Amino acid sequence: MTPDLQLVSDNFSLQLAVNIVVLGSIYALIACGYVLIYRVSRVLNLAHGELMMLGAYLVLATASMFNGHPAIALAAAILLSLLAGGLVYISLMRKMTGEMVLAAILTTVALGILIRGVIVLIWSAQQQYPAQALGVVNPSFALFGGARISFWSAVLVATTIAVYSALFVFFYFGRWGMRMRAAGQNPLLAAQRGINLHGVYALAWSLSTLTGALAGILMALDSGLTSSMPVIGLKAFPAALVGGLDSVAGALAGALIVAGAEVLLIYYVDPLLSDVVPFLVLIAMLVVRPWGLFGTREELDRV
Amino acid sequence: MFRPPPRASGYLSTGYAEDLALLRTRTERVSLAVFLILLTSFPFLASTFALDLACQVFLASIGALSLMLLTGYAGQISLGHAGLIAAGAFTTGILAREISAPFWLTLPVSALTGIVLGFIFGLPSLRLRGLYLAVSTLALHFIVIYLGGEYETKRGFSTGIVVDPPSFAGVKLTDGRAWYFVLLVAAAVSLLICINLLRSRSGRAWRALHGRETVAEAFGISIARYKLLAFVISSSMTSVAGCLFAYYRGFVSIEAFDLFLSIQYVAMIIIGGMGSLLGALLGAVFVIVFPYLIEAFLRLLPNVQKLAGDIFAVNYAAFGVVMILFLILEPLGLVGIWRRIQNYFLLWPFKYKPLAGARK
Repeated sequence: MTPDLQLVSDNFSLQLAVNIVVLGSIYALIACGYVLIYRVSRVLNLAHGELMMLGAYLVLATASMFNGHPAIALAAAILLSLLAGGLVYISLMRKMTGEMVLAAILTTVALGILIRGVIVLIWSAQQQYPAQALGVVNPSFALFGGARISFWSAVLVATTIAVYSALFVFFYFGRWGMRMRAAGQNPLLAAQRGINLHGVYALAWSLSTLTGALAGILMALDSGLTSSMPVIGLKAFPAALVGGLDSVAGALAGALIVAGAEVLLIYYVDPLLSDVVPFLVLIAMLVVRPWGLFGTREELDRV
Repeated sequence: MFRPPPRASGYLSTGYAEDLALLRTRTERVSLAVFLILLTSFPFLASTFALDLACQVFLASIGALSLMLLTGYAGQISLGHAGLIAAGAFTTGILAREISAPFWLTLPVSALTGIVLGFIFGLPSLRLRGLYLAVSTLALHFIVIYLGGEYETKRGFSTGIVVDPPSFAGVKLTDGRAWYFVLLVAAAVSLLICINLLRSRSGRAWRALHGRETVAEAFGISIARYKLLAFVISSSMTSVAGCLFAYYRGFVSIEAFDLFLSIQYVAMIIIGGMGSLLGALLGAVFVIVFPYLIEAFLRLLPNVQKLAGDIFAVNYAAFGVVMILFLILEPLGLVGIWRRIQNYFLLWPFKYKPLAGARK
């Protein structure tokens, strides 16, 4: 499953470039969620795709609550997903601190299954259109040179840029960002220096869910929403690993590489490849440089 | 080392043959005999539905046992088990469809596919550990599924491949009871293979490298060889299970082997209890029967009509909850509970913890 990309256009190669940027932004926005949690707490969150989908479905709930105020509804959904992320850590992942790698991964997998089941129970498995529920439209407009981009895709690209800039400022100039970096580097020492590890971890989960939810919401506004959205979340994971699981900047680079490979192979080789290209890139990276483009090499021994 | 379960009194072997025997006491022999009689009489008493359930459990047990070998004993995480089952099933489906190959040909070829794939799945383990290994097996799962889907589409079987039932000496295997015994024997053989592998050199090597690779290497165990061996044996067994699955269902489609199936297999060994073959069997029974239990439970509730459409979602959510509960509350799984009950009666009327030498 690939998010809807514009196919017909006057300028084919420019359109390909635009598609790569859009898909790359989607992957980057999702991938930074994996990196945030991994970098701070060394947990791989395989429920990220489901948490992302939860954010998108929350829009449906808030849209009916704040009828006629799309901005408020969106803000409420984003706030709720921030809370959901923190809640997941406090109620569940906190108990898994210091457990086996497999146990922690499987807990997130189980959480993902649970979320998916609950979402289908509440909202059914049918395709939903949050854009209609919010009463917003999705015009597609032409860029210079004839390539086309839909409105919400453009917003998504802008959001990705904004999120990455904000994360950079947060990590390098913010007090809590510094704490998060410290906790990621050496949890024991960080705790000794008075950093509240559980607070930092909960914040990482909140932020990760927030960025994931942003991606989910914007994708749902662009092309509708079904319960198969987590597949895209899983496909964004290779982007995080290619860039290096503990490097936020790496996730951006990895996302562009994975998106580039995916779009080009879909157009020139076989559309069926869509689901598998990110994982081919992942395997290639694991063979050549398992710690990723910008990751630290010691990571391999820490797990 | 193969150690019998804790007993109330000491049991001394006086010869090597006795020491190597799988069944060492009369109680063990008698309980096995009773168990076998129960298993043999089951198909003549049970309904068609229960028979199908038992067949599914046997198929799942083969997969769970092989995953337990790999993850529970050799310590190599695999999230791509469904890919291997798919490989076995698709090998069977393709061979049966393209050259109408008989059963005696598809089974070994499926095992061979498993061996080759196990080698490929195992290669990353030489360099990667823990999470990175899990991710690489996950990626391979998607690649195998893609190849299967590609075949389905290119050959025009977009809904799936129909596999005719296998025939032995001119007799077609279609009867549920016959299938029950075939699968029972297959599961029993897998169990025997696992038990014997684990109490021999390879089993000891796997446990050593699970404990600590560096130390295992210092003991003269070839890490690469035994890691690959674990992957190869595990995945060839799994592929054989996939082959049997294809024949049993009579139908192979890529939808049956999604990521959820991989997760179910991992759930089997987690829920059953890591590092125990009994755990793999208990886990297989639990995971297969669980959705039917949920369905039966839902039937008891009022407003059945309202929930009927959502049974799949309820199953999904309940499965997630059960997995989380086991991971948090009972990391030793069903086997942990079983051993606690055993120890309770063993020590009764006392409440002491078992001695340090007894198996936890």
